[in-house]
Amino acid sequence: MSNATFVYVTYIATTHDKVWQALLDGELTRQYWQHENVSNWQPGANWRLVADNAERTVRHVGKILETVPNKRLVLTWADPEDAANPARHSRLAIEIETVGEMVRLTVTHDELTPEMQRKISNGWPRVLSSLKSFLETGRPLDVYA
Amino acid sequence: MQPIDKVFKALADPNRRQLLDRLHARNGQTLSELCEGLDMARQSVTQHLGLLEDANLISVQRRGREKLHYFNPVPIHEIYVRWIRKFEPRRLDALRDLKTKLERQRP
Repeated sequence: MSNATFVYVTYIATTHDKVWQALLDGELTRQYWQHENVSNWQPGANWRLVADNAERTVRHVGKILETVPNKRLVLTWADPEDAANPARHSRLAIEIETVGEMVRLTVTHDELTPEMQRKISNGWPRVLSSLKSFLETGRPLDVYA
Repeated sequence: MQPIDKVFKALADPNRRQLLDRLHARNGQTLSELCEGLDMARQSVTQHLGLLEDANLISVQRRGREKLHYFNPVPIHEIYVRWIRKFEPRRLDALRDLKTKLERQRP
């Protein structure tokens, strides 16, 4: 386990509830992330990230640690084969704040294995840029171009 | 100033790019750690960090009494999508590799 922490910040011209919905609603995540975020989002519940393909490949899994609607979400994040091995779960915290007329979305990912560190440092900037474009213009970016 | 203008302005300075390189090498450093081995006054580093934060290229997180600085690549990704990706990066990569190779061979 490395102690590297990644912090990603994006400012979006939208509201707290729209960002919250865009992150938690699988129908919406599919549109800008090409994956569905699936959970009931209650603390202790399971969570999974499912690719929007015919096989519905499960890419990542974890547990919900904390849910404060429209403000804060904390979950564990692991590869499916590490589902039962908490030592290999990374930790993801999502924070939504108001700054002036914008919403600041902060994604903090830590407690990462070196392999997961490589995967996520490629992924989050793409996903967040696409989310911003999706919420501000209605058009997502091609995340995996 | 538009957010993207702030990003380009922040990136236009070699000292600020150096600070970003240092955070990319090791994320989450304090001001004192960032100052180590730099030929820059602490006050200048503080000013540069302020500009980088204003451009959203770094974020500052409090951990107890310490303020840790984290590199935020999201605005750079936006530059990539808007100004680089659409201009055929594969051919540009090939061109850069060629330039590197030829310049290395120069006596």
